[in-house]
Amino acid sequence: MSGSADVAPVASARALAARVRAGELSAVEVLESALGEIERRDGELHCFNLVTADRARSAAAEIDRKVAAGEDPGPLAGVPVALKDNLCTRDVPTTCSSRILEGWKPPYDATVVGRLAAAGAVSVGKTNLDEFAMGSSTESSAFGPTRNPWDLGRVPGGSSGGSAAAVAAGFVPLALGSDTGGSIRQPAALCGVVGVKPTYGVVSRYGLVAFASSLDQIGPFATTVGDAAALLEVIGGHDAMDSTSLALSAPRCSEVLDDGVEGLRVGVIADFLDDASLDCAGAVRAAAEVLAAAGAKVEDVAIPELLHGLSAYYLIAPAEASSNLARYDGVRFGLRVDGPDVEAMNARTRAAGFGPEVKRRIMLGTYVLSAGYYDAYYGQAQRVRTLVARAFARAYGQFDVLLAPTTPSVAFPIGAKTADPLEMYLADLYTIPSNLAGHPAMSVPFALGDSGLPVGVQVLAPALGEREMFRAAAVLEAGAAPEARAPVTGGAR
Amino acid sequence: MSTDAAPRTSSRLDWEIVVGLEVHCELATVTKLFCGCANRFGAEANTQVCPVCLGLPGSLPVLNRRAVELAMRIGRALHCEIRPSTFHRKNYFYPDMPKDYQISQYDEPINVGGYLELASERRIGIERAHIEEDTGKTTHVGGGGRIHDADHSLVDYNRAGVPLVEIVSRPDLRGADEARAYVAELRSILVASGASDGRMEEGSLRVDANVSVRPMGSQEFGTRCEVKNLNSLRSLGRAIEHEADRQVALLESGGRVVQETRHWNEAEGRTSSMRSKEEAYDYRYFPEPDLVPLVPDEDFIAEATAGLALMPAARRKRLAALVAAADGQPAATSVTDQIATVVDLGLDDLVVAAVGLGADARLALARSANEAAQSPERARELDASVFADLLGLESTGKLSATQAKTVLAELLEHGGEPEEVARRLGYEALSEDALSGVLDEVIAANRGAWERYVGGDEKVAQLLVGQVMKATKGRANGKAVAAALAERRG
Repeated sequence: MSGSADVAPVASARALAARVRAGELSAVEVLESALGEIERRDGELHCFNLVTADRARSAAAEIDRKVAAGEDPGPLAGVPVALKDNLCTRDVPTTCSSRILEGWKPPYDATVVGRLAAAGAVSVGKTNLDEFAMGSSTESSAFGPTRNPWDLGRVPGGSSGGSAAAVAAGFVPLALGSDTGGSIRQPAALCGVVGVKPTYGVVSRYGLVAFASSLDQIGPFATTVGDAAALLEVIGGHDAMDSTSLALSAPRCSEVLDDGVEGLRVGVIADFLDDASLDCAGAVRAAAEVLAAAGAKVEDVAIPELLHGLSAYYLIAPAEASSNLARYDGVRFGLRVDGPDVEAMNARTRAAGFGPEVKRRIMLGTYVLSAGYYDAYYGQAQRVRTLVARAFARAYGQFDVLLAPTTPSVAFPIGAKTADPLEMYLADLYTIPSNLAGHPAMSVPFALGDSGLPVGVQVLAPALGEREMFRAAAVLEAGAAPEARAPVTGGAR
Repeated sequence: MSTDAAPRTSSRLDWEIVVGLEVHCELATVTKLFCGCANRFGAEANTQVCPVCLGLPGSLPVLNRRAVELAMRIGRALHCEIRPSTFHRKNYFYPDMPKDYQISQYDEPINVGGYLELASERRIGIERAHIEEDTGKTTHVGGGGRIHDADHSLVDYNRAGVPLVEIVSRPDLRGADEARAYVAELRSILVASGASDGRMEEGSLRVDANVSVRPMGSQEFGTRCEVKNLNSLRSLGRAIEHEADRQVALLESGGRVVQETRHWNEAEGRTSSMRSKEEAYDYRYFPEPDLVPLVPDEDFIAEATAGLALMPAARRKRLAALVAAADGQPAATSVTDQIATVVDLGLDDLVVAAVGLGADARLALARSANEAAQSPERARELDASVFADLLGLESTGKLSATQAKTVLAELLEHGGEPEEVARRLGYEALSEDALSGVLDEVIAANRGAWERYVGGDEKVAQLLVGQVMKATKGRANGKAVAAALAERRG
């Protein structure tokens, strides 16, 4: 592809947008470069369920027309973005990587999809995920796993593995994922990219196919902390279509990226270092030193309650999922497997349409909500959720942000954990507490492990503490090992 | 009372029927409960729908403020406590429920603990009145019109997401008549509060009845059955009668009532089992994470419930007080019935205003409940001063009762002023001379009757008065004639 050498590997989203807005680079050129890379390499990576090349070309041409006409093409003009395939896109198939949504085209765009388009970003397609975002490796996708661009034999993490890998592979500088228990941060860490889960309610969930409504939050993937901040500013802010959306504008994090961490109080969650791999725990220690060297006041903090989060999560999330996924009954949309009566049709459709992990969670969730078990399971889990929130509140009485590993280990080989759901669930041990509390947290690529795979560190903040979180993340980014950062354009290592 | 219910058992009088009602009321909002689709009855199937009320993946509910206001008006009208509330999901699979769960209120409803006062002055406890969404409507094609033997089913989602308030009574109702009176009263309250159009035939009001029986005098409740598919007051009464008879027959033959949900078949006039307690759904209620708690502040509650019209019970009390003030004693049963009729027909404001202008309270009530009731729409438009003038003519004997009724009918039909209408009808009171002349003629023509009257036979007085009325073609005032006859007799 001519010209692709000029723009690939994909530069920073903000730099790209600036050049497109200035007329130095056409949105169409940027897009064709991205589509070319996807065409060349996504066959082996399988980041995308669907590439919407024609729609993207029309959108890019419209950006170029606006630039030529002197109209404002938006802050992300011409930036190619990838959308996790659980975000509704009008007239474009939205599958959640599940057979059950076969053939379904939403009649509407998710709020974030509309905001991206309004900001001039160009959506190139829908990325692979664990079926209905249930998983930590993208292996539960009905369409096969996504591979980690750093090592094709390994998982990219999940559930937003396709989006993380698409950014890591240099296909797109920005992507959207959703994070219910770590589904943005964990794959970001495993793929060496930045991944942000905002405060619950900062980004509208309207048009995000629900997994666990009280935990789900859409957020950015980017190659840099600054790009992630820019993307959050575009997608965040109040939306009347989501009752849980906060009546606030998006946090302005771009403007604090150069503020440094002088005087910022940073707590290192000691409880998370014992069981993390040496790579991951070591990265946190090194990150703490970087922050301390930059003037932050760094101390260890014990918050043992957070380790209970995982058990509570695996009751609350399946409970909500069992209800959210009831609508896939073959009546109105998606797959239908006929039967002699309605109940049989419902049952056959669901039996054929859902994969084993989704079925496991529906069964689990149905059980914990059942009469006689509700209080012992769901009720108890909600009490633990409150406990986690209180423990965080105690810690945030002393600290502005917290530092922790994002994951217990680097990317694991494909197939390594599929036989053992509990082992897979543990991949989210350090990310889940922020979802339970509704707090923001992000993963920043920081080091390379012994295996040559990226290691992320996680910055956690209290509700609406995005600005402090991004200040710390920007300092960590500056102090990180450069080789730990995507994009990885060379394919398999 | 229904005569076509199931066969009566001979000992039915030994049993007390206990009824609690769950009434679903569709709120008269412009849009649905959680989306902007029109809340409109009768549109072409599946034309009033959007991603939200179709439960499409990714859609989210946003609560309709107007629905909350109307729910609070209902709560206030039923003397409930209006409280902070939350929404839950009620999970069960059914094709007419787009999300396969219904958003409803569970353990924290918006209205709790009120009552409804019947015309009999019995207060029926209201347990709660909570907000929930309606389902779509399924039509089963083929078979018996039930889902299990249908060839196929069609679903119309226009109704899905229409706002409902479910009003749950305590088991305070005793029998079919009282249950029907309760629903009729509730209906007028819902209409008066502006919450509903009250159209049962369009499904705006839907009633489920919890029915049990117990030996007369017993304080313990019997096992209840819930009867569904009651589409009219008539069905409600028949179904309760039938179900009570069924339970009594069971108990008297040594059996026992099994708690279950039963379906009322209007055509066959009987209930049949839908599902037993064991087969009952486990709804797996849990808090709806897509909605935030509903915490109306005092200002919002005050604003929403402001301008609430007087409810029927209060309006009945107002009339009873007028009558009692005029008579110096509490209203008799016959008057109570008239009061209920007048309030039902919305003629109470007319009566109150006419009495305020000096009209006789009992007469105002009687003419409203009997004559004005023949064309209530027009009567509600009648100027109170016109009505008061008419009643004045009757009270002072210038018009007979019969004449006053005719004038009233004329006023309602064509309007005008009472005296002018009376004159046009030739109801000018006869001069004493003219009346005296007629009396001479009547006495001459009915000599025998007159003799008996003079001899003390009061019964023939009516005959003589009737003759006078006939001779004057109704222009004479009956009371005045009777008085004149008595005077002649000396």
